Amino acid sequence: MTTTMTLAKALGAGLRRAMTDDPSVMVLGEDIGRLGGVYRVTDGLQAEFGPRRVVDTPLAESGILGTAIGLAYRGYRPVVEIQFDGFVYVAFDQIVSQLAKMRARTLGAVTLPVTIRIPVAGGIGAAEHHSESPEAYFAHTAGLRVVSVATPQDAATVLRQAVACDDPVVFFEPKRRYHVKGEVDPDVDLATADPMSAARVAAHGDDVTLVTWGSQVATALDAAVAASDEGVGVEVIDLRSLSPIDHDAVAASVRRTGRLVVVHEGPRQAGLGAEAAATITERCFEFLEAAPVRVTGHDVPYPPAKLEGHQVPDLDRILDGVDRALGRVALPARAQRTEVGA
Amino acid sequence: MPSTMGSKARVDPSRAGTAREHEAGERTSTPAVHDDTDTGAPAGTDDVRRLLDRTGARHPDPALDRWLADVDAGDEAAETLLRRMYADMVVSRRLDAEATALQRQGELALWPPLLGQEAAQVGSARALRDDDFVFSSYREHAVAMIRGVRPEQVTPVWRGVAASGWNPYDVGMATPQVIIGAQALHAVGYAFGILCDAERDPGRVPDGGTAATVAYVGDGAMSQGDVSEALLFAATWSTPTVFVCQNNQWAISEPVSLQAPVPLAERGTGFGVPGVRVDGNDVLAVLAVTREALHRARTGGGPTLIEAVTYRMGPHTTADDPTRYRSTEEVESWRRRDPIERYAAWLRARGTLTDAVEQEVRETADRTAAELRAGCLALTDPPASRIFEHVYAEPHAALAAERDAYADYLATLGDEAPAEAEGGAR
Repeated sequence: MTTTMTLAKALGAGLRRAMTDDPSVMVLGEDIGRLGGVYRVTDGLQAEFGPRRVVDTPLAESGILGTAIGLAYRGYRPVVEIQFDGFVYVAFDQIVSQLAKMRARTLGAVTLPVTIRIPVAGGIGAAEHHSESPEAYFAHTAGLRVVSVATPQDAATVLRQAVACDDPVVFFEPKRRYHVKGEVDPDVDLATADPMSAARVAAHGDDVTLVTWGSQVATALDAAVAASDEGVGVEVIDLRSLSPIDHDAVAASVRRTGRLVVVHEGPRQAGLGAEAAATITERCFEFLEAAPVRVTGHDVPYPPAKLEGHQVPDLDRILDGVDRALGRVALPARAQRTEVGA
Repeated sequence: MPSTMGSKARVDPSRAGTAREHEAGERTSTPAVHDDTDTGAPAGTDDVRRLLDRTGARHPDPALDRWLADVDAGDEAAETLLRRMYADMVVSRRLDAEATALQRQGELALWPPLLGQEAAQVGSARALRDDDFVFSSYREHAVAMIRGVRPEQVTPVWRGVAASGWNPYDVGMATPQVIIGAQALHAVGYAFGILCDAERDPGRVPDGGTAATVAYVGDGAMSQGDVSEALLFAATWSTPTVFVCQNNQWAISEPVSLQAPVPLAERGTGFGVPGVRVDGNDVLAVLAVTREALHRARTGGGPTLIEAVTYRMGPHTTADDPTRYRSTEEVESWRRRDPIERYAAWLRARGTLTDAVEQEVRETADRTAAELRAGCLALTDPPASRIFEHVYAEPHAALAAERDAYADYLATLGDEAPAEAEGGAR
């Protein structure tokens, strides 16, 4: 049954459904029990499922991940909440060297179905380490799956899919979209739902393919509306899965539009925009009318709140990217030279 | 009840050299100073719990002895267990020597010898039940053998033909962990799972209490944040976990004084984990303290940290040259505290170890070493396609495409690269 709820509530509803479906699902993290999480995603879960299934942990992210691995080793299906994106790095070894590699290390004997929920990205005026976009680190690691949701319905459905997946999944939640409302059915049949590895066409258009995910999907859709006012059809693709990336869906669109813009909040250098642009160039070279364009965060530490508007791509920067893909130069030449030393 | 736990280990300035002293090259004491005057303890380690001194004399200790009632029963079962532990130590030392030889002969890429640590490993591992689960580092070959890992399953990792040699669930022991200390958290998480299982289904808890996990770590690992976090999580959740720290005095070239200004057994106290410092070269004492710690773990008493004071007689690995950082005198002083000789002397004196038994054990050791060698030499290089296996549990189209593309590439090389044949691309 469909209900109107926020993206944060939809995540909670998805978790509740996953815990109901499978008694081996446990939720672990900081402040997730009595408080319900700093964003209230796990609100009410401890009261409903008890402190042994919704576990407040000490403030130690490596400890949370390492013990989640042990629980999964034992047969549990842990869902771990990392409170903020910038806090995940102290757990990096447990994620990259342990969680991601354990299956290969044990020749398939050990399955670790751990889901790591991470609020991601900026635009909320937060303190340092609360606004980062670390997707590329995890997408670079074999053995992990990485997803990023943009809508309340996907929040519920993809989270359930991630929890049900036998592989470890890094699950990114766009924190500045937590309060956006939408129609959500938390009980959709996972067998018939689109797989979480599949991209979603969020808006149709024939002139430019605009690829993004998570927090930037809404801005990209705004850009598509603005562009259509000028007669430009922008096709917005919400990747949803960042590892693996559904390059087939992007390629199918680019073969039609001949132009590609990739938008993400994380830094440009070795970001997923580079991966998408390179792969599409390899696959669709003869279909491209222009070089792929990246609209991304700058290669700087995430700036203080009063400056974050310059870091997070906004409507104007995305439209500028669309213009560049269309060969409409909107900026002075200097601003377009992105080569080092140019 | 009498307890061996929580004994106040003193800060001993003779062994607790500070890091600054070490860096300044003013190391006036090695981590375990040589001392031949006492009953076998290196100076600074005389606060360890011990039952057998280095001459093989047994000293009474009621708090430890009560955990060895079966050992001291004088019946056939006791004799069997005592001989088994002797065989465990002799066979594991023989396996270790064979593996070291295989590395020197170019058959193994690397080997981390356990020489000198037989009692610490055998005494602790023989305290375990089948339903317990071990998360070890990479030097616990005797523990693996006791858990049921076969000789031919030990070498694939060290020969470089596979990422692991056994299924952890078959033997109740995870495969070797190379990241120092990372496994301690896995042991605590697994133990938390045991606890949750027991609460959900109390009827299935065995008579002796729940299963437990053992985290084997070294003195170097005690400096890792993961081990501190593991101690904390274990204490907070009161998990059935025993931390066995084999303090073998050296983390490659770094002496334990660099990791621990105070005895490692005290490391858990602030986290709420009681510690016990035991002579790691005394198999009976290690067995006793591990049994007590496991009993606490199984019956709701929570975790324990055991520091087994021992010595790494060999190099860190076959790639290491320990003569660059430690003296012959130090090594010789520990050779006089050999764990097998001490135990054998006691067994001989009480009539458990006869020439016939010794001969039988030696033959078993040679036979097992031959199995290790044969198993190692029979290993073939895997096909190239192996690298793409078991990366994901569920279908992964992108990786499958990558695998196929690489196979196509290898096929273009024709006879030069037997892609899928044994021998593989190198």
